Amino acid sequence: MNVSESVKFAWRGVTANKARSALTMLGVLIGVASVIVLVAVGTGASQSVTDTLSSLGTNTLTVRPGSSSGGFFGGGAGAGSGGGDTTTTDTGTSTRAATLTMADAEALSDPTLAPDVVEVAPVVTASSVAATYESASHTVNSTTGSTAAYLSINNDTVASGRAFTDADYNAHSRVLLVGPTVAKDLVGGDGSDILNKTIRLNGKAFTVIGILEAKGSTGQIDSDDRIIAPATAVQDHLSGYGNLSSISVQASSADTVNDAQTQVESILDARHHTTAADRDFNVSNSASFLSAASSITSIFTVLLGAIAGISLLVGGIGVMNIMLVTVTERTREIGIRKAIGAGKYDIIFQFLLEAVMLSVIGGLAGIGLGYLICQIEIAGFKAIVAPYSVALAFSFALAVGLFFGIYPAMRAASLKPIDALRYE
Amino acid sequence: MNTNRLGRPVIDLRGVFKTYGEGEAVVHAVDGVDLTVERGDYVAVMGASGSGKSTLMNIIGCLDVPTKGSYRLDGVEVRLLNDQQQSKIRNRKIGFVFQNFNLIARTTALSNVELPMAYAGVSGRERRRRALAALDLVGLAPRVDHTSAELSGGQQQRVAIARAIVTEPVLLLADEPTGALDSHSTDEVLDLFDNLSAAGRTLVVITHEEEVASHAKRVIKMRDGMISSDRRLVAVAAPPPRLRQTTGRAS
Repeated sequence: MNVSESVKFAWRGVTANKARSALTMLGVLIGVASVIVLVAVGTGASQSVTDTLSSLGTNTLTVRPGSSSGGFFGGGAGAGSGGGDTTTTDTGTSTRAATLTMADAEALSDPTLAPDVVEVAPVVTASSVAATYESASHTVNSTTGSTAAYLSINNDTVASGRAFTDADYNAHSRVLLVGPTVAKDLVGGDGSDILNKTIRLNGKAFTVIGILEAKGSTGQIDSDDRIIAPATAVQDHLSGYGNLSSISVQASSADTVNDAQTQVESILDARHHTTAADRDFNVSNSASFLSAASSITSIFTVLLGAIAGISLLVGGIGVMNIMLVTVTERTREIGIRKAIGAGKYDIIFQFLLEAVMLSVIGGLAGIGLGYLICQIEIAGFKAIVAPYSVALAFSFALAVGLFFGIYPAMRAASLKPIDALRYE
Repeated sequence: MNTNRLGRPVIDLRGVFKTYGEGEAVVHAVDGVDLTVERGDYVAVMGASGSGKSTLMNIIGCLDVPTKGSYRLDGVEVRLLNDQQQSKIRNRKIGFVFQNFNLIARTTALSNVELPMAYAGVSGRERRRRALAALDLVGLAPRVDHTSAELSGGQQQRVAIARAIVTEPVLLLADEPTGALDSHSTDEVLDLFDNLSAAGRTLVVITHEEEVASHAKRVIKMRDGMISSDRRLVAVAAPPPRLRQTTGRAS
């Protein structure tokens, strides 16, 4: 008995009852397609999160006041805030000790003590700033005062107009950069008319010298609803001369970011007379946040895949069910085959092959369907078909066919020809 | 008895018993049968239902093993074979013809006849050639591509006979081969058997019809699981008594 002959017999079995075979395959098809789609959604989401976080810079550190008792996620939030919404009020468990000063920020730009630090930007924030222009008014979500270096540290670029300079900073110039949301809200249209106009922030006149590149929104937070101005001017007119809300630090590269963190911590420890145990500030590292975020998303991907795997298992049980029916239905045929010389293994092979055919054809169709579904954009990001998920789903379908086919096939093969021939 | 050319009988049953059930409910389906069938013989086994002839046929056909006693098929002791080996010996040494034809449904005559050779591992081309020759022998050459649903009962039985002889088995075993056929088809099948016998094949036919038995060279009657009479009509080497060279083209 050669293989092609068995394939022919098995194929004849599959096609003998097309509707039933198709429905059985549908179970496996849905299982395989859902494994591929859900893993693709997970992978896509993970990619999207990683991209968003990378766009915030992977070589930045954010120093915030308060002890690090807020833990890892407190630090993580800090890194996210470094991306632009620096006014995010710290409602974490850490007590917000007012401990970061301009002097601290200046101390960090020490090429000897902190060789891996390339840029330092002190950040002051003002909350609930009302921006008005003519009759329009807008409450800005995020008002940041910093130095010229802030933009490069946070991967911010100016779409039109110019960025402010160190000269503007030193001169306490009342100039500012606005996010697209603020611009649109104040002047209407695409917001480009706001350039070089004078707007009022809490009643104080500022000149718009540039419009920031759109960053889009991350979840509920609109990253474009913000303004950035020289810290000196913000302190003069909006926030007062309190302590800094944070210091943004850029390391020379993503590889040196951990070294830079150590250097920053030791400089500030020395200035604040603290140690790792009783620090009144914490340094968050965007690279570690990124790796935490990707490990979380990969857990979700595995979870989604596992849930989809259950439907594949259910599909496999469908295959077994139909194969048991088939064996019962074809008891007589099995008897004939055994009488004219089919051995135990010939029968096992034939029915096993039939089960595998059902699951493999269903699996291939499921891969096709999975690919099609993944072409659709889901929740604003594109699902990315992971090759491993295709291989995994297909081999799982194959295994399901083998596993759930073996019992019916054994049952068929163990029929005694004399009983099988008598079966009506 | 062992005086035929090849020296050993096709069937050699010695003290064969077959019982079903246990204790009080025990049934002695075959109750001590000794039977030797020589090569080239044409034997009819007769008996009423319950006489044990079907059980005997299952034992002879290696579909069942005796509870006690020895059965040598073409010199091979069947009791010592496992399931897989029994399949093999059925495939190599026996051709079955059943009352209800037992062709595989939705499958052409040609594929049905090829099937035993497929299990024997004969190559595709050789298989096709031999299957076509066997179908030609039973007079069905024009219908090789018909499925069983497209064939009459007589034609289906002739396909079954072609399937039974295609592997050149030492024994052709038929169980009520004409039980489901009209008189015309019955004559066709019996003529075919006569021709096969004349060509030197060994046939054992289980039947309860005198008409069928009258074609055999030897008639065995069974009662209560035992052989009650064993009558030889013509010698083993002689042609079957009612041979007519009309249908088929037995080689």
